[in-house]
Amino acid sequence: MDVGRGSGRDDVVEYEPVIGLEIHVQLSTRTKMFCGCELSFGEPPNTRTCPVCLGLPGALPVANAKAIHFGLMIGMALESELAPRSIFHRKNYFYPDLPKGYQISQYDEPLCRGGRLADVRVHRVHLEEDAAKLVHVGESGRIHASDASIVDFNRGGTPLAEIVTEPDVRSAEQAGEWLRLLRVTLGRLGVSDVNMEEGSLRCDANISVRPAGSDEMGTKTELKNMNSFRFIERGIKAEVIRQEKLLARGEKVVQETLHFDPSSGRITTLRSKEEAHDYRYFPEPDLVPIAVSEEMLDTARASMPELPLARAERFEHDPSYMLDTEVAKTLAFRTDLGDFLELRRPESPDEARVRANLIINELAPRVGTDVPLADSMVTPDAVVTISGALMRKEISIGGARQAFDILVEEGGDADAIIEREGLMSAEGGDELAAVVEAAIAANEDAAQKIKAGNPKAIGPIVGYVMRETQGRADGGEVTRLVHEQLGV
Amino acid sequence: MVDATGPYELIALSAAAAARAIAAGEIDPTELIGAYRARAMADELNCFTWVAPERGPGSGGDIAAGSSPAPGESPLPGTPLGGVPLAVKDLFCTAGVPSQSGSRILEGYEPPYTATAVARLQGAGATLLGKTNQDEFAMGSSNENSAFGPVLNPWDRARVPGGSSGGSAAAVAAGLAPWAVGTDTGGSIRQPAAMCGIVGLKPTYGAVSRYGMIAFASSLDQAGPLTRNVTDAALMLRHMIGRDERDATSLRFPEQIELPRADRLDGVRLGVPAELSSEGIETGVLERFHSALALAQELGATINTDVMLPHAPHGLAAYYVIAPAEASSNLARFDGVRYGLRAGDGQDLVGMYTRTRHDGFGPEVKRRIMLGTYALSAGYYDAYYGRAQRVRTKIVEDFRAAFEEVDFIVSPTTPGVAFELGEKTTDPWSMYLNDALTVPMSLAGIPAISIPCGLSGSSEGKGPVGRGLPVGLQIAGPAFSENRLLDAAYALEQAIGFDSTAAHV
Ligand SMILES: [Zn+2]
Repeated sequence: MDVGRGSGRDDVVEYEPVIGLEIHVQLSTRTKMFCGCELSFGEPPNTRTCPVCLGLPGALPVANAKAIHFGLMIGMALESELAPRSIFHRKNYFYPDLPKGYQISQYDEPLCRGGRLADVRVHRVHLEEDAAKLVHVGESGRIHASDASIVDFNRGGTPLAEIVTEPDVRSAEQAGEWLRLLRVTLGRLGVSDVNMEEGSLRCDANISVRPAGSDEMGTKTELKNMNSFRFIERGIKAEVIRQEKLLARGEKVVQETLHFDPSSGRITTLRSKEEAHDYRYFPEPDLVPIAVSEEMLDTARASMPELPLARAERFEHDPSYMLDTEVAKTLAFRTDLGDFLELRRPESPDEARVRANLIINELAPRVGTDVPLADSMVTPDAVVTISGALMRKEISIGGARQAFDILVEEGGDADAIIEREGLMSAEGGDELAAVVEAAIAANEDAAQKIKAGNPKAIGPIVGYVMRETQGRADGGEVTRLVHEQLGV
Repeated sequence: MVDATGPYELIALSAAAAARAIAAGEIDPTELIGAYRARAMADELNCFTWVAPERGPGSGGDIAAGSSPAPGESPLPGTPLGGVPLAVKDLFCTAGVPSQSGSRILEGYEPPYTATAVARLQGAGATLLGKTNQDEFAMGSSNENSAFGPVLNPWDRARVPGGSSGGSAAAVAAGLAPWAVGTDTGGSIRQPAAMCGIVGLKPTYGAVSRYGMIAFASSLDQAGPLTRNVTDAALMLRHMIGRDERDATSLRFPEQIELPRADRLDGVRLGVPAELSSEGIETGVLERFHSALALAQELGATINTDVMLPHAPHGLAAYYVIAPAEASSNLARFDGVRYGLRAGDGQDLVGMYTRTRHDGFGPEVKRRIMLGTYALSAGYYDAYYGRAQRVRTKIVEDFRAAFEEVDFIVSPTTPGVAFELGEKTTDPWSMYLNDALTVPMSLAGIPAISIPCGLSGSSEGKGPVGRGLPVGLQIAGPAFSENRLLDAAYALEQAIGFDSTAAHV
């Protein structure tokens, strides 16, 4: 123990991070934001391009109505105020991934203002176009010191919604958790693939720290383009620590744009405030204002699904479900699981709980995440059948597992499979009790230990029962019977 | 009317007359195209930056059904324009044909697609004769800012043809083309039309698609006809207008464009605002303007000199903020990365950008990029761009109020007749003043036509042959009033009786 370190504890200032997030969401429209090119999913470079998204002379943008529709849905999901009239601006700067020399974005008249998702307020949501992809040839992989740069315009012009939060986030963990909630919400809306590795969801963080309890805002830095939840949390953590150390040493935080390298954990400067661009925003004269009609609002409203947060609430409090908070959340945040549960109305909260657990613990892991549950071989009725059989103790959980193994592979009628494979707990009730009795008789030592107060000694007895029943006995039921017969 | 029995000069036919003669089987479009091609090839005025090559007979066979004909090829028979050749300003994209916007930075650039306005004319049967010279990126009022050299005025080769559609105007005036497409941002159709003694029409903003026009100032650019007479202007406009899904600012024109027939102006109220007809205008121009007004009255029009456009005098200042601001952004794409000139290879990115744009742009383009960049800069935006937009709104309101009182606003098109080459190149502001009378209509987005109203007899306008230089009369109407505007212009044109073929070379 280093006693010296603790001695000055009283003088140490506690710092509080103040974090705002900027999230770029690639919208899963069929075509790009301002031209008719279809969105690209790994096609050969520069095959999804046209005069508009290549910025050829004379080409003009036309706003994608579907992207505006998706923007309105995002605004509704985030409880934003939807602007009846908003306009596009040009954001001017030179870079090879920006073929026109400007990005068409929204500036002071965005599509959505304000809003909230859970514990974080939303500042605004606006629409813009994505830049092209620069591939730097050479060792560093960065534009500086690369031998050459190749531009792939397939991504250029992909519709983006940019979501900007208020600086309400207070920790890296909170940032990660909130982003996960945002991700499932956007995924539920069906407006984006929300795949961070593929860049359809990208996050920047504005970070500052201040003495805990203070209302003042410290100098903020911007941490750019982190492409996984893990990197975001690590990056924010590293930056908060860096700023805290600076302030603790009496130094100042410099306003700058930073890059977090997840492999080294190091933070490097991308550009300083002095190098910041003057984007010379002005209204895009090639486009007309977005006038949001009642009809557009009606269409967007009609497209709104039940959002994950609301669904979790319902699973938790609806009298026909009454699920545990975590179970409710799991089902609500993985839409296909919740959907699968809801395909058949539960007979009782107990039935709902049994079926929810089967879906989460048995079915989902077997099907995997590549296909939604509804597209698997297993029908909702099969799960209803199995949960019913379980509740009536006609099969054991082991039997249920065997049935799922088969159903996931072959599909079919659950009753028929239970019948065919002999999964019925023929040993149920009195018959199982008889097997347990035999097991206790065959394992006297173990029975004595249990009686003496060592519940872990039950292993050999359960093992005996399982061998005798070919694993079809319900472990919980076996334990209950053992305890019953031993009188403990 | 064409005399089908006797020999007649193909070149003397107006575009509409030629189209009628082709439809009637009186002339062979191939001969007509050949005659113009020969004249365009022999161009001594530097009107053309590219002339369509001759095509052998039958070479039209590879034209896919429904597509527009390739350059120089005869169109499918039965089209409304029947193959009448068309000169097209360089800044229109034409597939596989140099489209350079008068700039070094686009030298040799051949776009993969054709501008909607040109494609529509080709679809109606026009044959692409050639691309015409212009001020670089349409920035100029004299055609002296072209990377491909100045265009000479056919009325007096020591003088400019006006700009920026100078090549188009001079080609039509000199009989090197029956008609031409130009673009007008602050007067670039009307001003050269006036200086070359032909008709030029800037339509309502949005009437003609801008798709494929290499942009100068997006909120002002508008394509339109440069023709020998008002009827040709109506005919060309008919085949250019219409909503284009590729141009979000294009509009559905509420009616078909009719060929004008009016011979009287009974009941037509003409407004002559003092702001556009007094200060800084040459006496020779004013003389012709007032004779035209007298003729209009004889045709039954009333003249209202009380009508006012109080903010019009600020139009030029607002225009020279808004247009360069938009241009500074529109021209950012010329960066040497994807097409056009690239200089400074081997330098770093900024070095390549800098060298390319240094070598590629001419001085006037650089001046406007700098003006526009400054006007949009943080801290200056409100003082310049924001304020200019407020002036623009005031001018729109001025015209709206004026059109409550009168049907049309009339003025001289330009303050002076064609000036001498080099006369104003060292003084940008005196050059900019050429646009003073045309810019307000551009800012308001309303249609305006310039028709020749005689030759200036004043000393500063006297040509070397002593015949004087053309003066333009500008008539402007409310948005989408093109049919009425063309009718009024036609009636005046008949009464004035100007010979637009007088400068044919
Ligand atoms: Zn495209």
